[in-house]
Amino acid sequence: MRYLVLIKQVPLSSNVAIDEKTGTIKRESGEAKMNPYDLYALETALRLRETYEGVVSVLTMGPPQAGSVVRESFMMGADEGFLLTDRAFAGSDVLATSYALSQAIKHIGNIDLVICGKQTTDGDTAQVGAECSEFLNIPCISNVQRIIDVTETAITAECDTGTTVETVRVHLPALMSVEKDIWQPRLPSFKLMCATAQRPVKTLNLKDLADTDERHYGLKGSPTQVVRMFPPEEKSDYEIWNEENLGERLYQYLVSEKFLQESV
Amino acid sequence: MKYHTIDEHDITRLKALISDPDRVIVREKIHEDYTHDELHSLVSSPDVLVEAITTEEVAAVVHYAAEHSIPVTPRGQGTGLVGGAVSLHGGIMLSLQKMNRILELDEKNMTLTVEPGVLLMEIGEYLSETPFFYPPDPGEKSATIGGNISTNAGGMRAVKYGVTRDYVRALQVVLPDGEVVVLGGKVAKNSSGYSLKDLIIGSEGTLGIVTKATLKLITRPAVTVSLLIPFENLDKAISAVPAILRAKQLPTAVEFMQREVVMAASTYLGRQFPDTGSDAYLLVSSDGPNRKFVDEALDEIARIALDHGAIDALIADTPERQESVWTARGTFLEAIKASTTMMEECDVVVPRDRIAEFINFSHELEKIHGLRLMSFGHAGDGNLHIYELRDDLDEAEWHKRLDAVFDAMYNKAIEIGGKVSGEHGIGYAKRPFLTDSEQSSTMALMRSIKHAFDPKDLLNPGKIV
Ligand SMILES: Cc1cc2nc3c(=O)[nH]c(=O)nc-3n(C[C@H](O)[C@H](O)[C@H](O)COP(=O)(O)OP(=O)(O)OC[C@H]3O[C@@H](n4cnc5c(N)ncnc54)[C@H](O)[C@@H]3O)c2cc1C
Repeated sequence: MRYLVLIKQVPLSSNVAIDEKTGTIKRESGEAKMNPYDLYALETALRLRETYEGVVSVLTMGPPQAGSVVRESFMMGADEGFLLTDRAFAGSDVLATSYALSQAIKHIGNIDLVICGKQTTDGDTAQVGAECSEFLNIPCISNVQRIIDVTETAITAECDTGTTVETVRVHLPALMSVEKDIWQPRLPSFKLMCATAQRPVKTLNLKDLADTDERHYGLKGSPTQVVRMFPPEEKSDYEIWNEENLGERLYQYLVSEKFLQESV
Repeated sequence: MKYHTIDEHDITRLKALISDPDRVIVREKIHEDYTHDELHSLVSSPDVLVEAITTEEVAAVVHYAAEHSIPVTPRGQGTGLVGGAVSLHGGIMLSLQKMNRILELDEKNMTLTVEPGVLLMEIGEYLSETPFFYPPDPGEKSATIGGNISTNAGGMRAVKYGVTRDYVRALQVVLPDGEVVVLGGKVAKNSSGYSLKDLIIGSEGTLGIVTKATLKLITRPAVTVSLLIPFENLDKAISAVPAILRAKQLPTAVEFMQREVVMAASTYLGRQFPDTGSDAYLLVSSDGPNRKFVDEALDEIARIALDHGAIDALIADTPERQESVWTARGTFLEAIKASTTMMEECDVVVPRDRIAEFINFSHELEKIHGLRLMSFGHAGDGNLHIYELRDDLDEAEWHKRLDAVFDAMYNKAIEIGGKVSGEHGIGYAKRPFLTDSEQSSTMALMRSIKHAFDPKDLLNPGKIV
């Protein structure tokens, strides 16, 4: 069994600097870390390897310094890591990113299960996984909260769709995105850091991909455009209610604000 | 009875001293919370609860009490663990909770002046917007700074930064006769006579009431990273500590924990700890001006630990990873409490090289006396928290076994050069153990100090001495 985990480097804290002109995140600013949601994906792969054996590879797309999240995945136990990097990829939107990743996955080849985190902390679209699976033409299961079984040909998992929990079985190869807390991610190991210090991070560039047409990647290959980007405003409005029947009023309020659905 | 019992006349007079009579709360109107602290086994109600908002009000109430022989118990948030903030003899409970303003940040002298009711977490929040840092880090962040000063609270960062005492520059104190004095000052050193400021610190409200404090600040370390270091057993973990403390960069914190406590915290939080495969762990933190500096420090510590038999050294570097280990560490006390029907605590401090011996001794006691024990603590400073758990024992049996275990533990602590409290204080609960453990002439000195400050024994009577 060969698992490939998609990982991304994101800013260390949520206080990120944003380039006012382009509306993109200034990546050089401040320190970076592995997207916290991807830690759950990597942990899932490592647990599956413990139970079903196999090889865990990771793939990240980003500037050269994103290689450090590949090193970090070695420290958590990944066997092999790829960095997809090229100037041509700069400014990619969700679609262009997914396309580039799917091209790299095809290039790597022989993957049974691609595992992604739920979303990233800097992009927050939660779409890269699903779009990748479309480009790869393989089944996709999202919001996986528990894995029930993996065989040579299929995986059975439980997905939290928000209102229901679905048990799904799909044929391999497949792609899945896992929920936060599917497992508590392990911490990077000092021993593994020393042991993998010489292990190469395999670099992939545009020229390695089957489709080398620059127009399909980066800003040129991105149909969506970020109009404005800003840190969410903190809202601290409050009202004080002081009356009978507070429970009913709170319920009606939550329904009207669409936090709850009126029971039928 | 040497004390006067509060009557209607006193209540009228007290209300006249306080600008808003609603802040004088009488008998049945007093909330049950004010009858105990976090040592739940001691319950006693004050006759009157006064919520002061100024030093003048505190002084006026204390002065009135002194004139009329009424006992006064100062109270912060009541998170103390030794019954310190309980009105043993009724009388007035003087709450400082509403004196909760941050008064001044002096950037040049690097001090923060606060009223006593400011919470530890409020100081943290306030300073987070500044380049400054108040290092003491006791587990309970909703305690007041007045309580922290009065118990000389310790906490997690004591290894590198010391305890509350090391961060108090000056105190404004209301003495037991109602006189207001200022002790210490915004000075970085001071050899001017007896350090009365230091006598007040840790005096648990028995010598004076702190109404204002000037705290020493340092510049905030930019980066903190932790290592979770698994060992096969506690012996091995503890025996690595002296070498870790000799590393070039002193770590900020060195905590030890055993799997059973980690598992209790997991159950309590409903979430997994990042590693549960080992019997014992050290949790070591290092801080510094940048990541490179901290990485170098931790690299050395990891190597030392591996040389001393560590299974690995796991790196908690990002906010999420730090949170996954430190949140669990922060809930140990609550988690242990939730795992039983009632618990008592032994907060001893022993020389650092005797920690393992003491813990092993407590394991033996567990078997001999049939009382379930759990422990964790500050390996970096030898301060252990050993919890005795009642489970299904009936009242009589619980007390019998508890007393036997307490006696044995405190005797052992003294025998190996320890002290009966590392950071929670003496209060009511540890009084007999303090008396037993100190020389009689030392106790006599402590009593004469109490007498010099408070000849009528009105301020928090029944505590410490
Ligand atoms: C979950 C938990 C974790 C904890 N962790 C730690 C820890 O890591 N380290 C540690 O040291 N302690 C710890 N504690 C103990 C407790 O939080 C401290 O003792 C704290 O200093 C008490 O502050 P308080 O405001 O609650 O004071 P209280 O409990 O209200 O009072 C404590 C004592 O101080 C006196 N006092 C209070 N305010 C004043 C004042 N202004 N002037 C004079 N006397 C006053 C009281 O009379 C009493 O004797 C913990 C407690 C809990 C419940």
